[in-house]
Amino acid sequence: MTTPRDIHAYLAEFEDIPGTRVYTAKRARKGYHLNQFAMSLMKPENRARFKADEAAYLDEWKLTPAQRAAVLARDYNAMLDEGGNIYFMAKLFSTDGQSFLQAVGTMTGMSTEDYQAMMVAGGRSPDGVRSRREQAALAAVADAASEITNTPVPDGAADEERR
Amino acid sequence: MARITAGIATSHIPAVGAAIDNGKTADPYWAPVFAGYDFARAFEREEKPDVVILVYNDHASAFDMTFIPTFAIGCAEEFAPADEGWGPRPVPVVKGHPDLAWHIAQSLILDEFDMTIINAMDVDHGLTVPMSLMFGQPEAWPVRVVPLAVNVVTYPPPSGNRCWQLGEAIARAVESFEEDLNVQIWGTGGMSHQLQGPRAGLINKPWDTAFLDALTADPEMLRHKPHIDYLREAGSEGIELVMWLIMRGALGPSVRELHRFYHVPASNTAVGHIVLRPAPEQATSP
Repeated sequence: MTTPRDIHAYLAEFEDIPGTRVYTAKRARKGYHLNQFAMSLMKPENRARFKADEAAYLDEWKLTPAQRAAVLARDYNAMLDEGGNIYFMAKLFSTDGQSFLQAVGTMTGMSTEDYQAMMVAGGRSPDGVRSRREQAALAAVADAASEITNTPVPDGAADEERR
Repeated sequence: MARITAGIATSHIPAVGAAIDNGKTADPYWAPVFAGYDFARAFEREEKPDVVILVYNDHASAFDMTFIPTFAIGCAEEFAPADEGWGPRPVPVVKGHPDLAWHIAQSLILDEFDMTIINAMDVDHGLTVPMSLMFGQPEAWPVRVVPLAVNVVTYPPPSGNRCWQLGEAIARAVESFEEDLNVQIWGTGGMSHQLQGPRAGLINKPWDTAFLDALTADPEMLRHKPHIDYLREAGSEGIELVMWLIMRGALGPSVRELHRFYHVPASNTAVGHIVLRPAPEQATSP
């Protein structure tokens, strides 16, 4: 017996994870040609043709303008937004001679050195990046707290306190 | 009769394969990683398994977006190392065990697991890195391998409970194979890591440690852990850990932990490794 699951609730939960694009069917459909383009780079002859003229090679694939721009710019966050999956995109950064560590680091906004140093120091803590809802709730509490501390205490209330 | 004598789990980080292939295992960065596998290498020399059922995931190497099998079993005579974009790893061709693989495939289908049967497939770092970790750099691999590929890339992957049940069914299938074979089952992938987006680099040592503990202490809890927990706590690629539950399910209700290793980092990832032995069934009181 397996537990019955509601596919809508199952998928909705993934959107609550900050800084993460889960490779759902929706993304897989959007990125089909982008991912298949990347797969073509597993063949040495295709890698050579791609390196010789990237734009011409990309013309052979049914990419959207956004997908094409993301590939040419090596903007991995944008590629993932356009339905790319990291294991497929790995064929592109491998063609560029980049490692997973180098390519993945580019998505964090950190320099390669800082990202590698973070990993050596034990990686990124999950604290504070588990849930958007949790982040929003904490932000609301912080806002409320700063409002309280920044609100001038009315004279009357201050008098009350002194008594 | 064939029997499953041990279960091994390990991460299958591609950079670990590159470190081996490029002779960097003694570098200060890598030496502690490889030291964690000394036990398993000695264990394998001692145990001399005939066949490894190697549970792993293909990382868009053999399977692209045209076919996405949830559970696939490799029944071929041999499997070549895949070219993942930088040329194939310089490791031996992996020899299959078609007789056992087909027997398992048929048994699983009768047991209501609708397997995809693969007769031609290259195998990527998900399979070859664990082989290198356990056996080093031999001319030929000392075991035959039944590759069992699990989709953990396109959502939804199979549930932890389903993986566990598949493991149980694999154990039943192995036990009904007539040839006398020493079989191990390996679960690979994990532990915590996230290879994408602004949250990349996530590592959760307390969660990983609890997962390793639960493999012996509370497997029932692991069975029912929902995917969202893996993603939130162990990063988007931490979902690979459901594959360890196929290995664990195949070992029966209770196991003994023979060895454990945990290290951060290798590349973007927390390295986790455990060696388990099925414990004999508890004698029931008359």
